[in-house]
Amino acid sequence: MVTYAFLIIVAASVLGYLIGNSRAVGIRSGGSTMLHSLPSYHGAYVALWVGLPTFLLVLFWVALQGPVIDGLIMASLPDDKTAGLEQGALDLILSEIKSVAAGRVFGQPDAATLSAAGMYSDWHDIANVAMIVVVLAICVGALGLTRARIAAQFRARHSVERILNVIMITCSVLAILTTLGIVLSLLFESFRFFSHVPFYEFLFGLSWEPQIAMRADQVAGQGAFGAVPVFLGTILISFIAMMVAGPVGLLAAIYLAEYSSPRFRATVKPILEILAGIPTVVYGFFAVLTVAPALRDFGAMLGVDMAPNSALVAGAVMGIMIIPFVSSLSDDALAAVPQSLREGSYGLGATQAETIVAVLIPAALPGIVGGFLLAVSRAIGETMIVVMAAGLIATMSVNPFEAVTTVTVQIVTLLIGDTEFDNPKTLAAFALGLVLFLVTLALNVVALRIVRKYREKYD
Amino acid sequence: MTDQAMNQTRGAAALTDEAAARRVRRRHAANRRMQIYGLSAIGLAVLLLGVLLGSLLLTGTQAFVQTHIRFDVTIDADKVKADDLFDANWRGIAQDNFVRLFPEVTNRRDQRELVKMISNGAPYMLRDIVAADPSLIGRTFEVSFPAADPIDQFNKGVITRDVPEDQRIVTNKTVAWFDKLVAEDRISTPFNWSLFFSADSRFPELAGLSGAIVGSFYALLVCFLISFPVGIAAAVYLEEFAPKNRMTDLIEININNLAAVPSVVFGLLGLAVFLQFFGLPRSAPLVGGMVLALMTLPTIIIATRSALKAVPPSIRQAAFGIGASHHQVVMHHVIPLALPGAMTGTIIGLAQALGETAPLLLIGMNAFITSDPGGLMEPATALPTQIFIWADSPERGFVARTSAAILVLIGFLIIMNLLAVVVRQRLERKW
Repeated sequence: MVTYAFLIIVAASVLGYLIGNSRAVGIRSGGSTMLHSLPSYHGAYVALWVGLPTFLLVLFWVALQGPVIDGLIMASLPDDKTAGLEQGALDLILSEIKSVAAGRVFGQPDAATLSAAGMYSDWHDIANVAMIVVVLAICVGALGLTRARIAAQFRARHSVERILNVIMITCSVLAILTTLGIVLSLLFESFRFFSHVPFYEFLFGLSWEPQIAMRADQVAGQGAFGAVPVFLGTILISFIAMMVAGPVGLLAAIYLAEYSSPRFRATVKPILEILAGIPTVVYGFFAVLTVAPALRDFGAMLGVDMAPNSALVAGAVMGIMIIPFVSSLSDDALAAVPQSLREGSYGLGATQAETIVAVLIPAALPGIVGGFLLAVSRAIGETMIVVMAAGLIATMSVNPFEAVTTVTVQIVTLLIGDTEFDNPKTLAAFALGLVLFLVTLALNVVALRIVRKYREKYD
Repeated sequence: MTDQAMNQTRGAAALTDEAAARRVRRRHAANRRMQIYGLSAIGLAVLLLGVLLGSLLLTGTQAFVQTHIRFDVTIDADKVKADDLFDANWRGIAQDNFVRLFPEVTNRRDQRELVKMISNGAPYMLRDIVAADPSLIGRTFEVSFPAADPIDQFNKGVITRDVPEDQRIVTNKTVAWFDKLVAEDRISTPFNWSLFFSADSRFPELAGLSGAIVGSFYALLVCFLISFPVGIAAAVYLEEFAPKNRMTDLIEININNLAAVPSVVFGLLGLAVFLQFFGLPRSAPLVGGMVLALMTLPTIIIATRSALKAVPPSIRQAAFGIGASHHQVVMHHVIPLALPGAMTGTIIGLAQALGETAPLLLIGMNAFITSDPGGLMEPATALPTQIFIWADSPERGFVARTSAAILVLIGFLIIMNLLAVVVRQRLERKW
């Protein structure tokens, strides 16, 4: 039905354009007066007024039809069926009604469910037909109204440009809406979480066991939501990643910026960038398939007992992923150091290495530090590598050979397969998400500030 | 440092005492060490990339062929009715015909083990063959069905004979049967088309990527339809029309920050807003595409803005000079010139979106679905989530399948990036 609605809208808009255009042409050829705007603007004016309102209407209709009908159906159920039930049980009734309405009947649904299912499909049919009718009515109405406005003196171009401005501003504001959506949804669900679990317990508690019982008859832990072990694991893995990516990326950047020939640079740089373009799920599989067994054999050779999903594996593979990030940002920072500083240092008799260590790195330090902070923020937010290669159980440990878990791993494991948002287990994921969002945001802001401050020094 | 300068330093050192010469040598050695460190860092990074791709190729190429077993099937007319094919005992028919290859195996237990050599999907394939040509009922014809995963692994050498029997999944008995099949030339390893044309399955030898490819296609389509027009409109407004004020500054900062938000947070947004608030269906490519569109937007906006910036002011001035309105200048002259740059940015953004996994996991696009998604609202998987599912599966055969799926994904990424390069080189104008 939605497809038909969109087809009607497109057809009506094209028709509107043709009608507006031909009417304007008619005015121009018929009278002696000049048109204010080109005929195509008159056509566009009609088309926009026909197409835009109906397009928005269909979007709203589609977004609201489901929830509204769900609410009406639930309200229409007899009181004795819904009285005293929790949200989860109500949702179950609703999904049973929906599956009966879709023709998937399991067992013997009771009479109330059957009649509700009948109503459900009836109402959906009515709503779909109503949508088409309303869209058609608005199309015809808008076509008539706007066509009547077309006249020699009508400033169609100004109107069209104003509408385009509004469209473009709306699109730009979408970026703000996205941020708002992120912040609000995280805050809202986090507040609900903090009504179950005290704020200080989440931030400072030392035990994380979120697998609580979903039903009364399940055997599970009591649940503990102290996120310190999770934070510690995140910091440990990010630290290991930076221990790999930091030196390798920085040294690679130094070589590429200061020593290499242009040809070498032109070949090697894209190869390094490939590392950044490989999807993270591929790194995760690489960690499990190749790196974990290799490191475990190596550890066994040295007599170190290593967990199969140790922090070292996840951190090292994440480090590989971040190398091009560190190297390209450090490369930019080194390239931004004015040539005069290099020449001054050479002039004093310093070797290239001495110039790099004593002049270039101090001069480029803010840029390098900024790049490192951005890389850290990338490491903290990285999900798939740790989901596949790190542990699930939170341990208070900084031993790289043990399995630790991270914020992103917990978010994913808490939310996979769960749709109910009424227990602390799933809500905890949003609290973790809020922490993750705030920390990465802070790191990015600080990094950008450092980089910007530095740039002002030499420009 | 030029050679001449080096010679001069050396010459000066020779004039002074031995210690100074040593110092100079040490300093030059330090310089060479620095170079070596840099080169080895680059070498390490390139080596790691090679190991990554090499190990995937090594394990993945196996999955591009599939072991098949050839045998004759006789369909008894009294067992299969042409008008009710679904009623027949296809499993029994397939197994009985396969067992007939080994008349010496009479023990029931051995026969049960024997039929495990062919894939669990064989009965359905047999049914489909007969359904396509009902005249086969009552006749004998030759079929070639995939072997079960352990046999496939054994044939490809992943499971070897030197492993003690109690540690491998293929028993010595089965090995003997397999050798007999090889001797009778009944084993073949044709190209594994089902990897591309079948949907997911619990059995590795039957599992394919078509569902994931279709799901990814739908999600990317939605992502493109939303992010491309919105991104271009936002970029054009911010670059060409927006007044410099706090509002536009805020939007700019916002876009830059959005580009750095971890992808899993976008998944949380999709879960809370699209699924929970608007009640859209779980696992649907529509929702996945919408989440990916929000993630791709900053990339497209930033790329389009730099493309708009690169259009020389003389073009704008010329258009203004012949009386075009501001909108006409932008729509008729600036945007067409900036479009190749915007398209390049869009393709690169879509390539990133294709590899994105975490947000899709949170909105449930990791469901186990054994058919291709029929539309935008149907449950589906995507290529990266399919890789995640297979990587989690315990069967040996899925290791190779996962690598093969990764190779397919990387293949798509290479194609998209090449397309971006072509667009840039063919269409973009340098001023």
